[in-house]
Amino acid sequence: MSRETALVTADWVEEHLNDPKVVLVEVDEDTEAYDKGHIPGAVKLDWKKDLQDGVRHDFVSKDRLEALLSEKGIANDDTIVFYGGNNNWFAAYAYWYLKYYGHQNLRLLDGGRKKWELESRELTTDVPSREATTYTAQEPNADIRAFRDEVVEAIGTKNLIDVRSPDEYAGRLLAPAHLPQEAAQIGGHIPTAGNVPWSKAANEDGTFKSDEELAQLYSEAGLDENKDTIAYCRIGERSSHTWFVLHEILGYPNVKNYDGSWSEYGSLRGVPVAVGDQPGQA
Amino acid sequence: MCGAIKGGPSLEGVDVANQAVIQGIVTRDDEPVGNAYVRLLDAGGEFTAEVPTSATGQFRFFAAPGSWTLRTLVPRADVVERKVVAQKGAVAEVAVTV
Repeated sequence: MSRETALVTADWVEEHLNDPKVVLVEVDEDTEAYDKGHIPGAVKLDWKKDLQDGVRHDFVSKDRLEALLSEKGIANDDTIVFYGGNNNWFAAYAYWYLKYYGHQNLRLLDGGRKKWELESRELTTDVPSREATTYTAQEPNADIRAFRDEVVEAIGTKNLIDVRSPDEYAGRLLAPAHLPQEAAQIGGHIPTAGNVPWSKAANEDGTFKSDEELAQLYSEAGLDENKDTIAYCRIGERSSHTWFVLHEILGYPNVKNYDGSWSEYGSLRGVPVAVGDQPGQA
Repeated sequence: MCGAIKGGPSLEGVDVANQAVIQGIVTRDDEPVGNAYVRLLDAGGEFTAEVPTSATGQFRFFAAPGSWTLRTLVPRADVVERKVVAQKGAVAEVAVTV
């Protein structure tokens, strides 16, 4: 994977607005953002209603995802271009999620909704109608998703990257600062995890930094390219953004997203926890 | 929309006593700016969070007590920075003019 195969520019999107095999999909933390205006032709995915099971604390099943994408008019051979607010935070989550279910042609719009808006490019409230398809998802790809037991075993052996803000890492905040402070039972981080806030991978306009800047960012935090890596945050969205950087842009081979993240880990019994600004000991 | 309302979004339903709220409104020529992006930077200048403003130009953060900087991005306007101090149990109101 590389920048060229994972990202597209706003100009590229404008050139492909009428390409029937390119589907723009907006995914936002603010699930009403799409309704206020979106890129012409874009369809909406609601990260909560569409992508969470609702009963189990987990993804929707393969069957449900197939029904969802079929109804949205997305075909197996379509190129899906995700974009959204907050530096593509939730768009990166949807990208990782569809990669998990085996979609082949995925891209992120570099800079996401913010750059598009700040450049005063066209937004519309017209909702497109796409003819329904018969979408077939693949079996989940366990190579890119970590569960709790693997995370506990990774302490002191694999790269653990905590991508939350420094205050969340240290245990001074339990959630991002624009959300009410609730989630895990306790604050802190997984011992030995380095802290590279996800947002450091993005420029102020939401585009990703250069490959050189990105590689340096993680190596300075102690990431060893010869080891496997697990990224986590609070609920797995911001760490999807970092997974995207490490796996899709920089092409590091073994990178997993722990989507249970701190909201799960910080509520577990019997696991070690570190507080404060230092990684802590295994 | 004629003229901006004053202050941040309604605090109805917010447990202010247990939060350190920073909120406010972004205006241009006394009109609310509904497509601004407000970034919250910590005392060290580190990015912490970002929200788009509502249709009424309003935004809100649940911060930790301490010193923060709001950095506001708006199409066709210069970036505006405002310092703010958050306290638990209090609401810091910030009016951002671009």
